[in-house]
Amino acid sequence: MTTPTLAAFASSQEDVPAPWTLSGADAAGPATAAASHPGARTSHDTIGGSSVSFEQVSVAYRGNVVLKPLDLKVEAGEFLALIGPSGSGKTTTLRAVAGFVQPAGGRIRIGDVDVTNLPPYERGLGMAVQNYALFPHMRVEQNVAFGLKAQRVEKSLIAERVQEALRIVGMTQYATRYPRELSGGQQQRVAIARALAVRPRVLLLDEPLSALDAQIRRSMVEELARLHRELPHLTVLYVTHDQSEALTLADRIAIMRDGEVSAHGHTMQLYHRPPNRFAAEFLGRANLLPAVVETPVNATGVAKVRVGSFSVNVSSSEIAPGSRRLLCVRPQNMTLQRGGSDLNTLTGTLRSVHWQGELTHLALDVEDTPVRVVLTRPDALPQTGSRMDIHFCADDASLIPEEAHA
Amino acid sequence: MPDILALRLHAIPRARNAGWVALPIVVIAGLFFYPLSLIVRQAFSGDAGVAAIQPFFSVLHSRYFGHALLSTIEIATAATVGCLVLGLVLALILTFVPFPGSVLVGRLVDTFIALPTFLVTLAFTFIYGSAGILNSLLQQYFGFAQPPVQFLYSAWGVIFAEITVYLPFVLRPLLASLSLMDPSQIEVASTLGARPWRVIRQVILPAAFPALIAGGSLCLLLTINEFGVVLFIGAKGVTTLPLLIYSKAIQESDYQAACIIAVINIVLSLGLFGLYRAAARRLGA
Repeated sequence: MTTPTLAAFASSQEDVPAPWTLSGADAAGPATAAASHPGARTSHDTIGGSSVSFEQVSVAYRGNVVLKPLDLKVEAGEFLALIGPSGSGKTTTLRAVAGFVQPAGGRIRIGDVDVTNLPPYERGLGMAVQNYALFPHMRVEQNVAFGLKAQRVEKSLIAERVQEALRIVGMTQYATRYPRELSGGQQQRVAIARALAVRPRVLLLDEPLSALDAQIRRSMVEELARLHRELPHLTVLYVTHDQSEALTLADRIAIMRDGEVSAHGHTMQLYHRPPNRFAAEFLGRANLLPAVVETPVNATGVAKVRVGSFSVNVSSSEIAPGSRRLLCVRPQNMTLQRGGSDLNTLTGTLRSVHWQGELTHLALDVEDTPVRVVLTRPDALPQTGSRMDIHFCADDASLIPEEAHA
Repeated sequence: MPDILALRLHAIPRARNAGWVALPIVVIAGLFFYPLSLIVRQAFSGDAGVAAIQPFFSVLHSRYFGHALLSTIEIATAATVGCLVLGLVLALILTFVPFPGSVLVGRLVDTFIALPTFLVTLAFTFIYGSAGILNSLLQQYFGFAQPPVQFLYSAWGVIFAEITVYLPFVLRPLLASLSLMDPSQIEVASTLGARPWRVIRQVILPAAFPALIAGGSLCLLLTINEFGVVLFIGAKGVTTLPLLIYSKAIQESDYQAACIIAVINIVLSLGLFGLYRAAARRLGA
């Protein structure tokens, strides 16, 4: 039932004539707009949305640098998650796109337009924030219509767009309610509908799920994933401190730390091959063990490294023997029973066992380096304090540069 | 036996409680309701000491009363509107355009509450009066024969002075309600394409509405009952209800007329006070 509407929503987005107004030629309505552009439907996934480019953007508050010169590009139609600990500059980055903070230097472009000096209301954005920020005196439909009215969209079109946006987030039956009559999750859906209704060039989501409790947050993550699937060319900039939201939703992730991007890449790639220690630890808390390269990469892409007194095979790129690296293995990729491909073995002392229902967390010391192992089936665990073998395969391990600071 | 004991044990604290309740009631009645009832009785008693409604209506229909009522409402309304507009502008600036010293400005406006109302009027006389700073400067440099600025001795002077005196009563609740507002509402509104004027109208004003009503009705209540400012300015032909009560009672010794006008003034005040309480309750909720 929702699919045809979504298609209309999606294709008409490409036909927005002037970047900063949604009235004008678009007033013909989404269906006719799509029909008059036969090519629109075929080039669905390549046009629409807008890219966001940061060119040496820096932000300072009273001489205090909170964002070091940043170069980052969010491609049109990309879902980019900005993650990092608090104070890392991720919210500042989003606020710079919105126009709430004036960069001390550099340019920000949305599509081809330099928006660095444009006020927020001329940037063509939609935004949803942690505490929803719905207008309490307006009904749901009035909230969703707010941006359309502000942009002087034709009246008949407003009603249509409001219905559409509410349908996308599944809130049609709540159109005449007031925000205070809705649950937190419902309020956030309305907030997202309000942002979508204006057909933003970029959707900014600032910790949108952080105020919700765990169960609703999980279902909202699924909702957002569906939204991203159904509106494939919507550009989304998503700020979160929750790595699991980022991993589930984002096409690409930028990990921020101390006012700069510490790692940036495709979500899976970043997870499986973290470029540095911070990325490895922040995204999924990988085990990191100091290693020295013994023999260079062979024909199958595997190098041999020494970890303490153990010799370990790692899939790696070209690397010189003798160089120092960190061996990175995810806790869930380690096993207690040696399988066919789990050729690497480390021996450690079991320190503690935490059973958490679906997962069991083991903490070991492998020659003074703490190692975490996550098991789904904890069979026949040894006593804490006793020695045990753990195994992993070369493909699940990677080498990352050893940094001076921990 | 046990029943009687239980009764006694209950009865003693209850009687004590009654005593504690009676004390404030007696004090309030003695200080407030008794004199008030005397005014009401005086207003409705005829020559022979029997109740009469006739004098009430003759005052109600008199020219001087109608005139005073009208100018009271005019001045109070104008002063209240002035307070609301000026208070809103100041509150918006103080809240959303933070500048060094904005807190100080807010505090300064607050101190007006501490000053006696006629003092502000006196200061006005020094500045805008016939022999005030402004007029003597204008006369000195532009050669006016007469003092050119004369608004102080008219209804405008009263309104101007009352706006100055009662501004804090509007500004204070407005600043409080605006500071409680979620700033992200304003930010989201502006990303959606709303210009500042629309944000003020459709997002900020609705949030500030209870504060405007509460401050405005308090302001209206106080300006309707304002006595010091009107007397001090002594503008010709500007007679408000409190001033009329004063002149009837003190200058003409017509106590009955004074009491009748006072009763009307009280009813007006209580009505406005009810409005203020209702608004304040909504503000608190």
